Amino acid sequence: MAFTHLHELIRMANERGVSIAQLMLDVESEQTGRSKEEILERMARQFDVMEEAVRRGTREPVMTRSGITGGDGHRLFAHLMGGGTLVHPDTLRATAYALAVSEVNAGMGRIVATPTAGSAGILPGVLVAALDSGRYRREDLVMALLTAAALGLVIANSASISGAAGGCQAEVGSATAMAAGALVELAGGTPEQVGHAVGLALKNSLGLVCDPVGGLVEIPCIVRNGLHAITAMTAADMALAGVRSVIPPDEVIAVMHEIGKDMPVSLRETGIGGLAGTPTGRALRHKVFGERAARRNAGAGRPGEQGRSGEQGRAGEQGRAGEYGRSGQPGRPGEQGRSGEYGWPPEQVRAVAPCRENGEDAVAGDVGGGRGGVERGDRT
Amino acid sequence: MKYQSAFDIIGPVMVGPSSSHTAGAVRIGNIVRQVLGEAPRRVRFELAGSFAETYRGHGTDLALLAGVLGLPTDSEDIPNAEQVAAGCGLAYEFAKVNLGLVHPNTVLVTAAGASRETRVLASSIGGGKVEVQELDGLPLKFSGERPTLILYHEDRKGFLATVSRILDGSGYNIARLALERRMRGGEAVTVCEVDEPVQDELVSALRASIPVLHDIRLVYVE
Repeated sequence: MAFTHLHELIRMANERGVSIAQLMLDVESEQTGRSKEEILERMARQFDVMEEAVRRGTREPVMTRSGITGGDGHRLFAHLMGGGTLVHPDTLRATAYALAVSEVNAGMGRIVATPTAGSAGILPGVLVAALDSGRYRREDLVMALLTAAALGLVIANSASISGAAGGCQAEVGSATAMAAGALVELAGGTPEQVGHAVGLALKNSLGLVCDPVGGLVEIPCIVRNGLHAITAMTAADMALAGVRSVIPPDEVIAVMHEIGKDMPVSLRETGIGGLAGTPTGRALRHKVFGERAARRNAGAGRPGEQGRSGEQGRAGEQGRAGEYGRSGQPGRPGEQGRSGEYGWPPEQVRAVAPCRENGEDAVAGDVGGGRGGVERGDRT
Repeated sequence: MKYQSAFDIIGPVMVGPSSSHTAGAVRIGNIVRQVLGEAPRRVRFELAGSFAETYRGHGTDLALLAGVLGLPTDSEDIPNAEQVAAGCGLAYEFAKVNLGLVHPNTVLVTAAGASRETRVLASSIGGGKVEVQELDGLPLKFSGERPTLILYHEDRKGFLATVSRILDGSGYNIARLALERRMRGGEAVTVCEVDEPVQDELVSALRASIPVLHDIRLVYVE
């Protein structure tokens, strides 16, 4: 069984008389044959990784690999600890935490994709802030992750969680909706209220484009994670107060998918349009990737130009967007031997194991209960 | 459905910065290595769509390379994949190509080891999940999330019946199955996903019982 609609999820939870988190746990156990204890233990480890990233990014400034962003999680955390903030410090904490995790991610540090790495700050942001509030036990937060998982499954199966396919709304929007719903259940809300929180949070994210500067998961991804953590908390409180999503949450999810399909390809994780295409965005790309990349871009069509057209599929017409079409034209010449293209210095090599001949290193380990057969591509 | 497990959404644990462009790319590389069945010596990555546009920013190149080197998605050596590759004597190249109507995050990987070569077309479909679209030019789809047997054989009457009898007799349940052949009676490949971890005895039994079965690979990635 796979979750595809919120109304079904809510009905099943109500029929069984359980929370959405408990339903997720039951179904995961039924589907994978793993015990509930085993699943909870593994989910608790995911939470630990999330918390480690939060602590790391607030304790010290974490700079990203490109050097164009970083240190903001630490900066905001120090600010709120100093007092006198406009937003209540306990709330602002969620933003600081979300920024911190996103910076750890951009620095190629260890995080948990929730549901993706680009949106990995929001859920740990709100949940670790909830832990620090002292009102919830760690076990409650692990259950909240299961609520979020069930909501994420619905969105992933009926819409998309890929920025390349559906824009930022599919990543940050989905994460915000998952976090809002998870908070509602954490605070004792009903499955219906969870649904409305998802609808409210996702509505506020519709249309959000994926326009990362230089194709890096930094600008605007980090800031969006930070600010959307507060959106999630507020949407949760609204739902708990009885505010309803007049457009049914399932319809909001469906239209998010529709909007994503209508987005021009330049605004779907290509690093071409939007903020990536601004003069400063282009200058930063140039700064990070150097002259060579800039020349290549100039030769292949000026960035930002084809961004406006949005005619995905009509190959050959616009520079780079045409690559997704069905033209059959040869691609641009390959770029070989790209060593040294990175603007950052090489680091120490530690692993030598990859040189082993195969057999001993088969990754045939524990697969985490993923039984999902992939029936169709997520084509756009 | 594409996503069934709670850990598809709350996971994977990975090094950043992108689940589809980094973690998914590592998984694709892992699959290629397992399909090849030996240490790769030469590998060519042809990237399309969003992969092609943003691969350097997301570390997709390092991730693909780390994947064929056998590193897992949460390995802190992924940023150093180029040095690891150099240490292993692995030659590699990246190219941007037009692969036609494919998912925006798609790569065609051609890998060669000491004795074999393979070509895998795979997409990263979001949240770190991946899907192989083609294997050696044949339209065979699999994700590697379940234990997956790849059987290289000749197209012969009764082949599948024999395979399923052996699987059944050994207590395996077939979760998904696909067979493609180049021509009638010619070279064929069967991809069979099972629910249970594959034991060596099964591989031996298949090899011993089916003369037209030339080779077996096991793919299973976290």
